[in-house]
Amino acid sequence: MITAVRKPMAEILGYAAQFDNILLLGCNECVTVCYAGGRKEVGILASALSLAFLKEGKKLAITEHTLERQCDPEFVEELAQTIEQYDAIFSMACGCGVQTLAGRYKDKPVFPMVNTQFMGASERQGVWAERCAGCGDCVLAYTGGICPVARCSKRIFNGPCGGSTKGKCEIDPGVDCAWQLIWDRLKALGRTDLYSQIMPAKDWRTAKDGGPRRIVREDLLS
Amino acid sequence: MKTQSNLEKVLAAGHFAVTGEVGPPRGSDPEVVRSKASHLVGKVDAVNVTDNQTAMVRMSSWAASLICKQMGLEPNYQMVCRDRNRLAMQSDILGAYALGLNTMLCLSGDHPRFGDHPMAANVHDIDSIQLIAMVKGMCEEGRFQGGAEISSPPKMFVGAAANPFGDPQELRVLRLGKKVAAGADFIQTQCIYDMRRFKEFMHQAVDMGLTEKTSLLAGVTPLKSGGMAKYMASKVPGMTVPDEIVKRIAGAPKDSQAQEGIKLCVEQIQELKEVPGVAGIHLMAIEWEHRAAEILELAGLLPRPTL
Repeated sequence: MITAVRKPMAEILGYAAQFDNILLLGCNECVTVCYAGGRKEVGILASALSLAFLKEGKKLAITEHTLERQCDPEFVEELAQTIEQYDAIFSMACGCGVQTLAGRYKDKPVFPMVNTQFMGASERQGVWAERCAGCGDCVLAYTGGICPVARCSKRIFNGPCGGSTKGKCEIDPGVDCAWQLIWDRLKALGRTDLYSQIMPAKDWRTAKDGGPRRIVREDLLS
Repeated sequence: MKTQSNLEKVLAAGHFAVTGEVGPPRGSDPEVVRSKASHLVGKVDAVNVTDNQTAMVRMSSWAASLICKQMGLEPNYQMVCRDRNRLAMQSDILGAYALGLNTMLCLSGDHPRFGDHPMAANVHDIDSIQLIAMVKGMCEEGRFQGGAEISSPPKMFVGAAANPFGDPQELRVLRLGKKVAAGADFIQTQCIYDMRRFKEFMHQAVDMGLTEKTSLLAGVTPLKSGGMAKYMASKVPGMTVPDEIVKRIAGAPKDSQAQEGIKLCVEQIQELKEVPGVAGIHLMAIEWEHRAAEILELAGLLPRPTL
């Protein structure tokens, strides 16, 4: 999923200062799962904003609402009838949701309430970690299901570098060495032969270096 | 001879090779390079010129290499994958060769987190093994990494680094094998203090036939003080320093720790000379270039051959 963390309150208050009436909009997908921008977080932020305004002797009208998916035009369309009432949308979705809103409601200010982080997975309650860099040409079949692009600090394809110590990355003892994990998996799978192959220089065109990416599925076009 | 590299000539003639190291300054004064390099002229077969080592901005490796070259040294021009993409790397290699550099070393580079620009983009377009393959492709096939023909290809003697002490231990020789397969003409190792582990590493490397395909130079760094020994033992990623070494240096009287460090380094070099598969040493006298000649003299490695 796409992970996110809420922005600092001071930054959000800075955005809010100029408005009287906002729509605080959650998203029921990834940001709900990672406790950053779902219905519950919308409620918490609305209370915090109201309180902060009250303290200043001001009032902010906040309408709380959560869409099924902010990155989907079909759901974003739901707002078409009511959007005029608000000065601005404060979106708690990831950057994809914010931009879908901005694209659909062109004269309505939209502000991000979260900092979108990475594509990751939950390691345990309250901990998420990066797992995929979206490079567009998956190599997991050759690396035991552990991604060197997303999980090696130097995205080394023929690792490990000399800084791997006791299974940890040189940058932080809290970060696993991806190549230690890869090697452990290859051994468990009986596929250490895969290690001896030199992985050639990657073609980054499939990643963001080729420019903004799109997927067009002719079979689904209407 | 594939190149004009003095290091290649020395190794090809069967001499026990000696390389040194000069770290470029964090400023633009060429005298700093000249001063450091002056201690090594005539004492080493090639001198490594580091590339923004420890991820700190320094005078560029190729420029400092050129200063060393002008002084009669053979620079071993270091290049890391952290700061440049493959376009910049290849253009720098062409330029370096055009200016007379014949020897280079391909490295990953320390992570920006350790340096003075932790906020910098961490490039790693290619990794160090892919860099070796790219340089070999440029030199031997006359092709850029992208496939186009090079009108006048460079001829570099290409080196790489190996750390016998990182983890997972069983991968260290296998990764060395990948560097050799990618085309590394020579290898310089991380500083060796754990002789037992290094000998195991060399035993495996010799068994795999790697030392017949590449020339391996064993890395040594003299310990200047007990403080430095403790720092190397605890703070440097992927480095092991046995307790008895830390005790020996730190246990010596303060005013003779440096001398004890030099004595230890000479002993290490003599021991390394006898290790099967070791073709030379790489002396990294960090900010101690003026003591390098003394160490090499005591180790019986001077004068250097002139070929």
